[in-house]
Amino acid sequence: MKKTPINQARRRFILTSATVGGGFALGLQLPTKAQMATDGGSDINIWVQISPDDMVTIKYARCEMGQGSMTSAPQIVADELDANWEQVNIEYVDVNEHIRMNRAWGDMVTVGSQTIRNSQEYLRNAGATARAMLVAAAAEEWGVNASEIDVNNGIISHAGSGRESGFGALAAAASAQAVPETVTLKDPADWHIIGQPFPRVDIPPSVDGTQIYGVDIELPGMVYASIRQCPVFGGTLKSFDASKARSRRGVIDIMSIDDNSVAVVADNWWRANKALQEIEIQWDSNGNGNVSSEDILSTFKASLDATDAALLPNNSGDADQALANAEQVLEAEYFTPFLSHSPMEPMGATVRINSDRVDIWASTQAPEGLVSELVNALGVAQENVYAHRVQAGGGFGRRGGSSDYARSAALIAAQLPEGTPVKLLWTREEDTQHDFYRPLAMYRLKAGLDSNGNISGWKTRIASGSILNQMRGVPLRGGVDFTAVEGFTRLPYQIPDQFQDFKLTPTHVPLGFWRTVGWSQTPFAREQFIDELAVAAGEDPYHFRLKHMAEDELSRHIMEKVAQAIGWDEAPAAGIYRGIATTEPYGSFTAAAVELSVNDAGAIKIHRVIQGINTGHMVNPDNVRAQLEGATVWAISAAMWGEITLEEGQVQESNFHNYRLLRMAEMPVIETVLEATGGFWGGVGEPGQAPILPAFCNAIYAATGTRVRSLPLKHHGFSLA
Amino acid sequence: MELQINNEVHDVDVEADMPLLWVLRDILNLKGTKFGCGISQCGACTVHVDGEPVRSCSYPASAAEGKAITTIEGLSADASHPVQQAWVKHQVPQCGYCQSGQIMTAVSLLAKKPQPTDADINAAMTNLCRCGTYKRIRDAIHDVAGNNPETTLAYEA
Ligand code: FES
Ligand code: FES
Repeated sequence: MKKTPINQARRRFILTSATVGGGFALGLQLPTKAQMATDGGSDINIWVQISPDDMVTIKYARCEMGQGSMTSAPQIVADELDANWEQVNIEYVDVNEHIRMNRAWGDMVTVGSQTIRNSQEYLRNAGATARAMLVAAAAEEWGVNASEIDVNNGIISHAGSGRESGFGALAAAASAQAVPETVTLKDPADWHIIGQPFPRVDIPPSVDGTQIYGVDIELPGMVYASIRQCPVFGGTLKSFDASKARSRRGVIDIMSIDDNSVAVVADNWWRANKALQEIEIQWDSNGNGNVSSEDILSTFKASLDATDAALLPNNSGDADQALANAEQVLEAEYFTPFLSHSPMEPMGATVRINSDRVDIWASTQAPEGLVSELVNALGVAQENVYAHRVQAGGGFGRRGGSSDYARSAALIAAQLPEGTPVKLLWTREEDTQHDFYRPLAMYRLKAGLDSNGNISGWKTRIASGSILNQMRGVPLRGGVDFTAVEGFTRLPYQIPDQFQDFKLTPTHVPLGFWRTVGWSQTPFAREQFIDELAVAAGEDPYHFRLKHMAEDELSRHIMEKVAQAIGWDEAPAAGIYRGIATTEPYGSFTAAAVELSVNDAGAIKIHRVIQGINTGHMVNPDNVRAQLEGATVWAISAAMWGEITLEEGQVQESNFHNYRLLRMAEMPVIETVLEATGGFWGGVGEPGQAPILPAFCNAIYAATGTRVRSLPLKHHGFSLA
Repeated sequence: MELQINNEVHDVDVEADMPLLWVLRDILNLKGTKFGCGISQCGACTVHVDGEPVRSCSYPASAAEGKAITTIEGLSADASHPVQQAWVKHQVPQCGYCQSGQIMTAVSLLAKKPQPTDADINAAMTNLCRCGTYKRIRDAIHDVAGNNPETTLAYEA
């Protein structure tokens, strides 16, 4: 399809609307009679609205934060509708309306690379149903048989009579049609919008400064707040002296919040933050004030030897016996540290409390989470909370679990005169030191090799905290946190005798979903240990994997594609070394191969990264590519420098000078291999990261003989050239 | 103090040490310039002062008096600047939060070196992007320069 030239690119979406009335269940139950929207458009169903000028508005329920589903999810609806993509506008579903309509639009929370996977079916149905109703309306109006009517690229036509129409002229009549009980969805071979690399609809406002993020909200009479939270997690506020701060220019109010934070409200954020720095605060660390990273490490080491771990469900055979029979046995321990999300937009929220309603504007992955946070903080009814939609300046999981920043903003607003909007913005230091961190984890792996170099027996002990148990008190299933063990619950390698278990290891450090979650760390252990076994067997790591995988194993398929792309079976140039890994995250299959060289000073030069994904069905290939590129950068940053450490109970890292991220000069060449073998819908936002870390470390081993079993690499004398 | 921003003079009553970023964002409501770190590390706050890229979070407003300040809003009236167009063509932004700063930095690089090498790009483009859009930033810069983005930074074995 022809791309709209950039200087005429339409802004395709509107922030929110409230055009649909009544209460409908998910996706397909329709208004009993045609509901006219304020602009004269007709709601064909809750996902599709058509206006007289043929413009189709498709609703988007999830959150856009750069992952691209604001474009790809509507592509799915538009395809079944046979709409003309150039006539499609995209509109966020209004959160309050969604809640009042009994969550009619399904999940809004945007986590776990799930938007496409778990909404594709109802989105396809919504499009197909709307199409069927347009066809029924045309059949009625033209007096022809519906089965003879064709819909193509936004045009409804009847070949026999030569009649044709755009969607707009038939929209009102279509919305009055009976809702078909069943619709036939297209054969994937007939998709023409799904599978197209259409430009992302949210990109144009990101290049001219007009994109509105949570921190950009400006309201009449708004005041600004900066916050300092107790540096020790679980600690509380003892006392504070604000006498110097109070007299500073612009300061409006100084307050404590939740007994663990101090906030300054001023007429400008910089003034609020300056004043905050002049407040002397006494904290009570409540027993956590002595905890250091070393203490935490020894707790985890003890967990590797604990005798009360919980079994994973996929244990089979007799691993101990197989190990006893093995020719040689390998054992290794791996360590992955706490990590912060550090999205480029720091945490923040704007809240305004009136007697009859509460409004919140905040970058989020969980719009309903914002609402429930405010319900909890303020004791208001959820129907009276209005969460407004904005683009998030990165989420990566930080904005999907806890909405702690929304709570603070609400509690500040509650102490101000009614109707005063207050924008709370965290400093980067608060953001880094008050995150919900990627769990620290340790892994002990043990496996045997028989005389043919085949794996004989495999044991894994996983020690980690539990995100949901700690954040929300969610009980573990059978003692196992399944996000911590993903990657081990189904090994792609055929190993009959397996024994794996999990030891819950809580600390006082808050835990959260960090992009790729368990899959961001378990492959570091699993896919390096496979390499260790290959080395011990004297075999090539790629072929060693292959011989342990079934022919129809999809992580084998994508690994083969990646191996081909890098030319695995031809030797690399002198001085260049390779690593490979394969993974099965979030319903997709991803593999990576890395080529690098390392000089005597430990400076790693990454020459090339091949990143492959099989998503089954693929909605927007260019967006998939972008996600793989970004995930590679994300993984290499974490590998080289990523760690959150503690001294005296406090996070030591504070800002980008000591929480290093990859920069342009360190950016490797990335080539992507996209596979869509059909038959399933895999995730896109997170899976790309999973194989990068082990492929990278396997290449480092090939180059140096150093097996890196703990991160980050900077502690092993490595730097990035 | 008087500040000349995007060819308009604004009279603002602010402390001499208030960083330019907060004058732009909170006093003048120019929200395209972003706050990312506050310590000159990320470049999300990059604007031009007399054509030079500066990190406005760490640049006192008073230092910009008498100089010409350009923000992302002043780059073009309709997103028609070649760098903005290349950013759309190459689908550079992900979340987009860092991109005002990336674009302002790239514009000033290209003004100085209309045909930058990869080394020039590496040296100039030190802004952080948490979403990891560096490959596309590089491609877009090469495209504006008339270099072929497909053949630059080729695989060096
Ligand atoms: S906010 Fe200015 S460099 Fe980061
Ligand atoms: S596009 Fe998200 S930080 Fe750069």
